[in-house]
Amino acid sequence: MIVAEQKHLEEIRRMIAPYDKVVILGCGTCMTVCDAGGEREVSFLHSALRLAQAKSGDGTHSFLEYTVKRQCDPEFIDLIADKVSEVDAILSLGCGIGVQALAERFPDMTVLPGVNTSFMGMAKESGVWDERCAACGDCRLEATAGICPITRCTKGILNGPCAGTKNGKCEASKDMDCAWILIYKRLERLQQLEKMRRYYPPRNFRAIPRPKRITSKISSTGEENG
Amino acid sequence: MAKSLFEEKLYSNKFLVTTEIGPPKGADVSEMIHHVDLLKDKVDAINVTDHQSSVMRFPSLGGCLSVQEHGGEPILQVTCRDRNRLAIQADLLLAYFRGIRNVLCLTGDSIDVGDHKEAKPVFDLDSVQLLKMIKAMESGTDMAGNELKGAPKFCIGASVHPEADFIEPQLVKFDKKVAAGAQFFQTQGIFDLGSLRRFMQYASQFNVKILAGIIVMSSARMARYMNDNVPGIIVPQAIIDELATAEKGKGLQKGIEVAARLIKTIKQESLCHGVHIMAVGNEGIVPDILEASELVTVGR
Repeated sequence: MIVAEQKHLEEIRRMIAPYDKVVILGCGTCMTVCDAGGEREVSFLHSALRLAQAKSGDGTHSFLEYTVKRQCDPEFIDLIADKVSEVDAILSLGCGIGVQALAERFPDMTVLPGVNTSFMGMAKESGVWDERCAACGDCRLEATAGICPITRCTKGILNGPCAGTKNGKCEASKDMDCAWILIYKRLERLQQLEKMRRYYPPRNFRAIPRPKRITSKISSTGEENG
Repeated sequence: MAKSLFEEKLYSNKFLVTTEIGPPKGADVSEMIHHVDLLKDKVDAINVTDHQSSVMRFPSLGGCLSVQEHGGEPILQVTCRDRNRLAIQADLLLAYFRGIRNVLCLTGDSIDVGDHKEAKPVFDLDSVQLLKMIKAMESGTDMAGNELKGAPKFCIGASVHPEADFIEPQLVKFDKKVAAGAQFFQTQGIFDLGSLRRFMQYASQFNVKILAGIIVMSSARMARYMNDNVPGIIVPQAIIDELATAEKGKGLQKGIEVAARLIKTIKQESLCHGVHIMAVGNEGIVPDILEASELVTVGR
């Protein structure tokens, strides 16, 4: 899933300053799971903004709150068209995709990002998420025992560890495992070390040219990508 | 095609001595030139580092040109951290055009350990791919397979870490570097000759030259700092304790003693093909180390 962190309250307050009526719009999918922008966070943020406004005596905003199932899907965005017509700006707690989907759907409306979209990852433990995929478009996990060196090695290198690894950790951070040590150990365990001995050529950064688009092979519709 | 002076020596069975210079942070290169003049006739080649520890400095290529102009034999350090494949190939063409013939291929330190932590890490290539790229250029094509008008020819080296705390994955990578065409290796800092001996037992099956990296430390504090902050380095406690016995103000002298002892043993026991002395900011003391190691007249 996509993982994000909510922006600091002060940054959000600066962004919404010019707008009287703002809808705080949550997203019911990834942002709910990573505690950054689901229904609960929308409600907390609403309270925090009102409290800050009351305390500082600065601002006369009124807020609506709403959470759609997925901000990245036009079908669900359409459901809030009426609400949007009542406000001056949307404060989206969706990921960067949600913000842009809203901006495309509502050409005359200001859409503000309430979270910093950070990475694609998984829940490691309660309240902790780790990045796991860089969406490079050229998956090589077969060769690396299911551990992604592009995502988990700070240098994203493909032919084994650099010399900076110490105690199984990365030179960039003592808290971060060296991806290549993990890969080596898991390949060894799976008796597939020959995969590490192969030479891997440089990445193809045009595996899917940016901005990337995938067209379903089952039902292909599709307009200009842009 | 004429071999570089360093390449000729590489295959002459001579005990090789290289050292390295860190270019200045700024446009005043006078101190670097002073070090070049001091060292050029005392060592077989001088590496110029490429933003070592990811700290922005005067470039390796510029430093190598200075070494060349002042009559020294440069080794161009090329890392993959700051330039993509286009930029690296172009730099190599310029280096070759200007007479630089020796290249050390490195992945490069993480941006996170340096002084521009917000910079974009490039790492379009890794060190193995970089070696392969140079071999392709030598055979007359760029990395995309397009024909080059005039192919360069280099003596290419790489790095290896015999003291890594988990050596097996490092050896896998070493094998790949050898297969990719590395002719010589300058190792990461060696402190424990046991690990060098073990590594050489493995490496001697390949037709490559190994120069043991010798880091000169100026104090026990520096050694501890390196253990905590320098990627991959593990200074043994015994050496830290020895450095700590130095009288006040004599730390560097003790560091020179330690380095010279390692060098002498490596040479006497023919443990490997030479040494690469890294004085990290104290380039001026390299002649003292050579003297203490009884390597004073290398000759060119």
